[in-house]
Amino acid sequence: MIAQDFNYSTPATIEEALGLISGGEAKLLAGGMSLIPLMKLRLAAPGHVVDLSRVAGLSGISEAGGAIRVGAMMTHYEVESSALVRARCTLLAETAAMIGDVQVRNRGTMGGAVAHADPSADYPAALQALEARVTIAGAAGTRVVSVDEFFVDTFTTGLEPGEIITGIEVPVEPEGTGVSYQKMLQPASGFAIVGVAVRIRKEGGVISFARVGVTGLGSRAYRAAGVEERLAGTAGSASDIANAAAVIADGIDANSDIHASAAYRAQMARVFGARAIQAAVNRAA
Amino acid sequence: MKRQISVTINGRTRTDEVEPRLLLIHYLREVCGLTGPHIGCETSLCGACTVEFNGQAIKSCTMFAVQADGGRVTTIEGLASNGTLHPVQEAFWEEHALQCGFCTPGMIMAAKQLLDRNPAPDDPEIRHGIEGNLCRCTGYQNIVAAVRSAAAKMSA
Repeated sequence: MIAQDFNYSTPATIEEALGLISGGEAKLLAGGMSLIPLMKLRLAAPGHVVDLSRVAGLSGISEAGGAIRVGAMMTHYEVESSALVRARCTLLAETAAMIGDVQVRNRGTMGGAVAHADPSADYPAALQALEARVTIAGAAGTRVVSVDEFFVDTFTTGLEPGEIITGIEVPVEPEGTGVSYQKMLQPASGFAIVGVAVRIRKEGGVISFARVGVTGLGSRAYRAAGVEERLAGTAGSASDIANAAAVIADGIDANSDIHASAAYRAQMARVFGARAIQAAVNRAA
Repeated sequence: MKRQISVTINGRTRTDEVEPRLLLIHYLREVCGLTGPHIGCETSLCGACTVEFNGQAIKSCTMFAVQADGGRVTTIEGLASNGTLHPVQEAFWEEHALQCGFCTPGMIMAAKQLLDRNPAPDDPEIRHGIEGNLCRCTGYQNIVAAVRSAAAKMSA
């Protein structure tokens, strides 16, 4: 369980970090909760590790222009305990609190988790439901990508070689929005076998807005547009919810592993999807 | 290539030359001689290697020693002061919260983290707070009782 030898750098600025990774050989280290286990197993053996923990400008949580910006190096604990996130984007705080265990949340970062793009990670479900955006710095400047474009496939993102995630932007949730993240977890690791994040708004007693993000089921987290369409315009009764959740796995090539077969995962997505929708409907004003 | 790091461990700052790939747990046990933090699973699941880094509980098997450069580490050896056990240690003793004792150093560090953030946890919160730590004897009942007792001591 000893990683292959590597060179280690601790840049102080984004520019310096970009310079160090421009050759394409270096691997970025954030909290290390995914990279270090991979290095110990030698599934990853980078010759050069660039630690982002001392880079200025990757921390902080702030609100501007109807959005909350979470710096890429903010830990899951910092997100779950942020008064701003808890009050203004409750879904993100509640999802962060359900990642791994406390020691992992103390070290693991939002940028790192997003960059790793584990198909069972928790954040991506919430970020899909939130229609979040990822801000990325590169040699050519900064660009902003929607998470739907960003999450390409299993462990595969739209991040190009030589780029660094600087932050994630989520919308400030309007008052009265009901949210919930529900997951069936793998007890040893805490990863989601399936996880469903939901945002619901009601107007005049009917659902006027529904967003549903799903993780764990497919090769990447996705928005279940079919579920959203079936919910819109209904009163959100138990049968409306069951009818909507029934299509949550439609068109998805479900993952299968030692923890859950594809058919079981799809069924659990419908079950946990219905629970998350019900909880969000109950909380919507 | 070795790098020089300077880390304040249990209140004393020391400087060492380490390989970047040296894990914090190996640094603590083999270089610093602090064998309180244990190596259980070495895959960041069991929590036996839990120590505090800059005031936060972390799994020292999933951090390189070089990442701790300039920081503060507290191990189980650093909890007692002047021969007086920390209230969490005392409560583990009184409530018989260990059988084989292997998980105890990590369990106590996780419990301390919980009580630092939540001085009066209920039982589900205690169980949630120590979910990153496994007791291979499955002696969780007394561990939960000890954390409850420590919370009462610390708020008294």
